[in-house]
Amino acid sequence: MKHFFVICCAVLGLFACELQAQQQTTLASDTAEQLQQLTNNKLKQSMQLLQSIASREGTNMLPLYQALLKGQLYYIKHSTQMISVRKSGSEKHYSELFSGAAIAALPANEIKKVRVNNKIRGFLRQHISKLKLSAKDPQARLAALQSLLGSLTPETISNIAQLRLSENNLQVQQLMDLALTIDRAINASLAIEQVSAIKLLQESLEPQVRNTLTSLNSTKTHPSVQKAAQQALLKIEQSIEFYGYLEQLFFGLSLGSVLLLAAIGLAITFGMMGVINMAHGEMIMIGAYTTYVVQLLMPNLLEYSLWVAIPLAFIVSGSVGILIERCVIRFLHGRPLETLLATFGISLILQQLVRSIFSPLNRQVASPQWMSGSWEINPVFSLTLNRLYILAFALLVFFALLFILKKTSLGLNVRAVSQNRDMAKAMGIRTGWVDAMTFGLGSGIAGIAGVALSQLTNVGPNLGQAYIIDSFMVVVFGGVGNLFGTLVAAFSLGIANKLLEPSTGAVLASIFVLVFIILFIQKRPKGLFPQKGRATE
Amino acid sequence: MKIKQLLSTLALSVSCAICASAIAADTIKVGVLHSLSGTMAISETTLKDTVLMMVEEQNNKGGLLGKQLEAVVVDPASNWPLFAEKTRELLTQEKVDVIFGSWTSVSRKSVLPVIEELNGLMFYPVQYEGEESSKNIFYTGAAPNQQAIPAVDYLMNDLEVTRWVLAGTDYVYPRTTNKILVAYLKSKGVSDADIMINYTPFGHSDWQSIVSDIKKFGSEGKKTAVVSTINGDANVPFYKELGNQGISAQDIPVVAFSVGEEELSGIDTNPLVGHLAAWNYFQSVESDENSAFIAKWKAFIGDDKRVTNDPMEATYIGFNMWAQAVTAAGTTAVDAVEQAMLGQTTANLTGGIATMNNNHHLSKPVLIGEIQDDGQFEVVWSTDSVVAGDAWSDFLPGSKDLIADWSSKTQCGNYNTVTKLCSGQK
Repeated sequence: MKHFFVICCAVLGLFACELQAQQQTTLASDTAEQLQQLTNNKLKQSMQLLQSIASREGTNMLPLYQALLKGQLYYIKHSTQMISVRKSGSEKHYSELFSGAAIAALPANEIKKVRVNNKIRGFLRQHISKLKLSAKDPQARLAALQSLLGSLTPETISNIAQLRLSENNLQVQQLMDLALTIDRAINASLAIEQVSAIKLLQESLEPQVRNTLTSLNSTKTHPSVQKAAQQALLKIEQSIEFYGYLEQLFFGLSLGSVLLLAAIGLAITFGMMGVINMAHGEMIMIGAYTTYVVQLLMPNLLEYSLWVAIPLAFIVSGSVGILIERCVIRFLHGRPLETLLATFGISLILQQLVRSIFSPLNRQVASPQWMSGSWEINPVFSLTLNRLYILAFALLVFFALLFILKKTSLGLNVRAVSQNRDMAKAMGIRTGWVDAMTFGLGSGIAGIAGVALSQLTNVGPNLGQAYIIDSFMVVVFGGVGNLFGTLVAAFSLGIANKLLEPSTGAVLASIFVLVFIILFIQKRPKGLFPQKGRATE
Repeated sequence: MKIKQLLSTLALSVSCAICASAIAADTIKVGVLHSLSGTMAISETTLKDTVLMMVEEQNNKGGLLGKQLEAVVVDPASNWPLFAEKTRELLTQEKVDVIFGSWTSVSRKSVLPVIEELNGLMFYPVQYEGEESSKNIFYTGAAPNQQAIPAVDYLMNDLEVTRWVLAGTDYVYPRTTNKILVAYLKSKGVSDADIMINYTPFGHSDWQSIVSDIKKFGSEGKKTAVVSTINGDANVPFYKELGNQGISAQDIPVVAFSVGEEELSGIDTNPLVGHLAAWNYFQSVESDENSAFIAKWKAFIGDDKRVTNDPMEATYIGFNMWAQAVTAAGTTAVDAVEQAMLGQTTANLTGGIATMNNNHHLSKPVLIGEIQDDGQFEVVWSTDSVVAGDAWSDFLPGSKDLIADWSSKTQCGNYNTVTKLCSGQK
């Protein structure tokens, strides 16, 4: 049936016009006219038109508001018919505004977007919330209530009070009660009623509650009301402070996880093998660019792109690592200064290579839907999802690496070679092969870090440089050659940085951390967890 | 092919060196001092191409004073001291008649002593912090009163903002601009408790705590806005974090002074929709001059997706005014052109007329645009008429009595109207 309709529209433009005419006749003639005027695109007029439409019409106008809010409202130039154009990936879906029926694609010069600004968006949001108070989906009702809390008018309050009687979802009920309590705290005729409402409010962390209490506290009201408001505020502020500390801790852990990801590959190439690898940052960069290329190749499967990018980045960065080890580093064994210069040169070459291939401009790596947004635990404490996933991912990578080093034969060989190369060789271990594999493993893990970092920061030729210093700092602080040291160092530096930041600012915080590490290394040159044994001497 | 080109340029420059005087008489040399490598290359390469386009166009029109123009491009490589060296090279070896160049304030400060010593002429096309006026530099970008102050006015009057977050990158432009803004806000009766100032290093990427602080600051019942002088690519993670922590442009709008079409062209603009920017030019402004300019630019660069931006318009205006002044003066001699520049007018790309004032700053309209999902700006507010650029801010105690006037009246870049003295540059 739908297909038939699409074909009809495509072949017979006239037919569509007729349908449009029918659609319009079902609207009040004023509304139809005002809709027409919306296409004039004068922003100041649009606001008045919308207000007037909103005062007359009900939920039947929801598609209009929603399309306008999302910037999906267009009109056909010659007929001024309103349509909605939805983009998903590189595809565009055209549909009729009110019926939602799909229509044939139109060339870009025949349609025009209806303009919208912040004021209109704000109005639309409020109005949609009002209309959605009685929506079927409880989540929609919840969201609508939430956005109305800040601007409770007597009209909405009476509306909410009425809806509360028939409400059956517990969460929505609670929020409705809260709205009514806020109203009572402000407007109840008796001071006792106000005080009892305030007592109820002190359990809530909604910012609107705090604003209500603050204004109650500062305006001239009954002394008992003022006192109750003050006490409630104090209690709320205490719990906000508590959650503030929790939040800082999370920020610290999150920064720590980024440091861990960046440093963990270096913990292998520098820590285990002793190669001062200045090109480590560029391995991260290659991983990030791999993510970009993967997204470029599969534009319609954005949600899964990261799962493809992770193994691919490991392989690409790992292969580049092995190539560098085989072609350059193995000839410089035991000459740290020359290794440093050679790998620094390689890092410059790789950067320029990326500049030539991808241009010096930053590339855009999109975040899949499931990684954006946040997990709201309560109104003052929420964790951003991308940081949360990356924290979990960093720990996963760490323990996977630990498993490889402790439980596999490759890991055994790596440890043997790093502890005593000559003895390992005498035991029949192909040290050259192990060196290449180890370097490949470290580089590959740096590549995986690149995939994670592409979700947090800019993907550009300088991406690696931004992390190389931090990575060395973490490895040296944690103790060269000790994976657990790297873990502890990364998280403690992250948390220290974030605890300092509110009082000192971002610039000074990192300076303090750097100074601390310098002093620490003076005292304990081998880091937090130095390697023990004769081999290290 | 490349090698051949290189060889021919080499041969040309050698032959030029031999017959330097003869050739110099035949062409007018235009120096281009924009970084083509390093961190600023992203922004400055565009301006180099703009100048080359303008030179080509002028030559097609028959050049100036009967001579062809010749562009001399050097690469200061985002290295501030190198800007001074390259300026010296342009003025003493290449003997250019005018320089178009510089982006960051620190590079301009580096050029300043050299260009004054050698009496050169430079056009600086980027919005900056003011507090400067040199006889040898024309500032075609916005001064703070042509960008920051109107943006704050817009937020205050139209969006009824009462709490302010001033967030910036830690260097001279944001610090001076914020100093001016704080003084301005206080003069409007905003209290200290309602202003939050934050500085971050270049390329900052971990915005969690700062955005969380902004969120807390903005959740106390008063309408809050962020005035952002955050520079460069640190903007991307900043806006991303805003989106992730659920702050929309309707809750806390961010007005940026360093985010334009070029900066948006590489990023996903969905989380940014509705945030604001203040400039004197937007590509989306519809006017005949603008569509002609955009078409010309796309044809010159050979890429249909390239965008235009505010510093490009500033370069365009500066170049046109210089060409007019040279024609009016009948010579390219710096002193004559400098005097002829005063009062020059040329058409803006956004409609209306730009005028060069006696303080070496332009009169231009101020526009405020909202970011759209296609990476363009939708103008939501503009000044009724043009605003004259103010070299010395009226809101800072040290500079409120100072004016710059290079006309025959004072011939001074920092004339004190109280003591009637020219303090310094002459």
